[in-house]
Amino acid sequence: MTKQTFRSFASVLAVGASLFAGQAWAKSDITIAMQLEPPHLDPTSAAAQAIDSVVYTNIFEGLTRFMGDGSVVPGLAESWEISDDGTVYTFKLHDGVTFHDGSTMDAEDVKFSLDRARAEDSANAQKALFAGIDSVEVVDPLTVKVTLSAPNGNFLFNMAWGDAVIVAPESIENIKTNPVGTGAYTFGDWVQGDSITLNRNPNYWGDQPALETATFKFISDPTAAFAAMMADDVDVFDNFPAPENLPQFEADSRFQVLVGSTEGETILSTNNKKPPFDDIRVRQALAHAIDRQAIIDGAMFGYGTPIGTHFAPHNPAYVDLTGNSAYDPKKAAQLLADAGYADGFETTLHLPPPSYARRGGEIIAAQLAEVGIKAEIINVEWAQWLESVFKGKDFGLTIVSHTEPMDIGIYARPDYYFQYDSSDFQALMELLNETTDPDQRKKLLGDAQRLIATDFVNGYLFQLAKLGVAKAGVQGLWENAPTAAIDLTQISWSE
Amino acid sequence: MLRYAFKRLISLMISLAVASVVIFAVIEVAPGDPASFMLGVNAQEDTLAALRAELGLDGSKLERYFNWVSGMLVGDFGTSYTYRTPVSQMIQDRLWVSLPLALYALTLSTLIAFPAGIYAAARRGKPGDLTVMGATQLGIAVPNFWFAMMLVLIFAINLRWFNAGGFAGWDQGFWTGLHSLTLPAVALALPQAAILARVMRSSLLDILGEDFMRTARAKGLSRRQALWRHGVRNALIPVLTIIGLQFSFLLAGSIIIEQVFYLPGLGRLVFQAISARDLIVVESVVMLLVFAVITVNFLVDLAYAAVDPRLRSRT
Repeated sequence: MTKQTFRSFASVLAVGASLFAGQAWAKSDITIAMQLEPPHLDPTSAAAQAIDSVVYTNIFEGLTRFMGDGSVVPGLAESWEISDDGTVYTFKLHDGVTFHDGSTMDAEDVKFSLDRARAEDSANAQKALFAGIDSVEVVDPLTVKVTLSAPNGNFLFNMAWGDAVIVAPESIENIKTNPVGTGAYTFGDWVQGDSITLNRNPNYWGDQPALETATFKFISDPTAAFAAMMADDVDVFDNFPAPENLPQFEADSRFQVLVGSTEGETILSTNNKKPPFDDIRVRQALAHAIDRQAIIDGAMFGYGTPIGTHFAPHNPAYVDLTGNSAYDPKKAAQLLADAGYADGFETTLHLPPPSYARRGGEIIAAQLAEVGIKAEIINVEWAQWLESVFKGKDFGLTIVSHTEPMDIGIYARPDYYFQYDSSDFQALMELLNETTDPDQRKKLLGDAQRLIATDFVNGYLFQLAKLGVAKAGVQGLWENAPTAAIDLTQISWSE
Repeated sequence: MLRYAFKRLISLMISLAVASVVIFAVIEVAPGDPASFMLGVNAQEDTLAALRAELGLDGSKLERYFNWVSGMLVGDFGTSYTYRTPVSQMIQDRLWVSLPLALYALTLSTLIAFPAGIYAAARRGKPGDLTVMGATQLGIAVPNFWFAMMLVLIFAINLRWFNAGGFAGWDQGFWTGLHSLTLPAVALALPQAAILARVMRSSLLDILGEDFMRTARAKGLSRRQALWRHGVRNALIPVLTIIGLQFSFLLAGSIIIEQVFYLPGLGRLVFQAISARDLIVVESVVMLLVFAVITVNFLVDLAYAAVDPRLRSRT
């Protein structure tokens, strides 16, 4: 192509693009890409985040719901009353809510959903959310009374999870392939391996959303993700898998880049029961041997917030404890020598597939080598990781992002894979569960963060960033990810 | 002939039976529990047990093997652990992408390779031959996913003639479907065409040295006439064998291309199923591919025997 023809070609393209931009205001459909395809569409019986990304607040709604800023607001429950002792929640449901199949959503459905989730044969991946429920009673069609066995300050938060959405007994049988909920969008079509289409629900009880249809496309390869955005195949990429390409999108006026935070605490998980990690000095040495910023820059291209404990920095109760485990290889070497490992030791570092682990693992292994710790890198798939690391506890170190919101409670489970067993921490969590006063809770959460930081349970690396890429005209996208969700009801095209 | 066919059929059955045992064993031995993969890190033990029972994972390995094989014999491939839809339906859906893609790529590679190979053979040692051979060397050396990325960069991102990936679906019309398979088909076809062109050339060169070619020239045919009438036809036999092999390869081996172009084909299904430990899907798809390859070989054997009577008496 000569320069001349290239120029004329480029100008034709530019004219075409501007014509297209002029029409953009009329656009009422959107194509959103995500990396993983949901296995099925029932958020109440699987852990896959991809399910929630498609269905949460779009197809299914719960009693309460998360907003983009992480706050919990009323969902299907219009309001609620909490008894003085904090054990009885009386929910008042919205009137006139129907499921997509036309049946009415009432207190019976709420009872059905909650009882199903906590039943003995329940397949709910977060069954612990419902463990405190003692009974669910239908008072009248629009009132439901939930009695807890003990006060639980997190209860309204728990009910906002995708695993706690309200489903109907009439449509439960085929929920995995034909989800029927109460949300603003109905399930349209699923071309497995390719895409899922949702359509606006004209009978929605709330405000009608702007978009008529939404298509979720599944593109797992990072290079393909870049190409799909660049070639205009998709309008939004929910969690862009190639952070190295983001500067290119940032420099391009056709696109916007949304950098937010997720609930993912990325940690160097340490097997606290496996020698030499049962020695707190060794764990402290690990913490000081790690240069967080180098990992964030090297593995995540600068995206991510350093953390010094297992807590999301955007949470109001967060305490910045990064100074507690500041990068100090000399101190690390000294601590190792004190613990009797002056010549270092050998251990394993299991790395699951995400790039934060694979890339971050290489850097961490190099940093540990500086203080004499030889970490053998073992790359594993998720299924293998779950089997050998998580269940088998057969590991020294591993890198993983804990993406569940508010999951500091896992440190109170001595059988959890990193095997931290502290009666102080367990007592603290018990106290927290019984506390409903917000200020008191905040203080207790601060104490909990400090305790696990000073016990150096794990190496705390960074809060995983949410990296979204979208066409410039798309508005209303969640910048942060308080839970896995792509809330279509808020999304529209600017004029 | 019948005796020969019968013997081949018996060996086909044995191969399939052995394959089923090997596939089942290899896949079941790999660590990873489908139930815990699906329910994640917060799942409780009783929940996992309930799901395992629901998926039929609580039986013994032997029991599950026989359930799987006996199901397949009557065309029931079981139900996917993750998708909860019949595996046979999933395979059928994916074949509608993978099969046309393989055929498309094969057609393209043949269309490129035949003229290139014949041209190179006819101009043996001349610049034209060297150019074609150099190009084919490059085509073999460069991996097809690199071709794929270059094609996307040029034709999807810069020129906007094609989508960067995805499959429009045949219900959008034949040409729309074909259009969305074009870039992947070209990416798959180029390395195959390079191999095929070289085979075509060397096979043709062998034939050109045969006595009957000299006879053809002696009876007054021009070089070109002899090449087309007698050379190409006789050179086709090894070429067709390669084409047969390539078809099985294209059907089973397009995993990477399907990832790069995010096509909902068989390769991507296997890839997703392996990482999700959807064992039943992996086992069934691999078994199906083995079946396809063995059956193609069986048919090729029969075809050889039909063409060459010596083969029949030998066995």
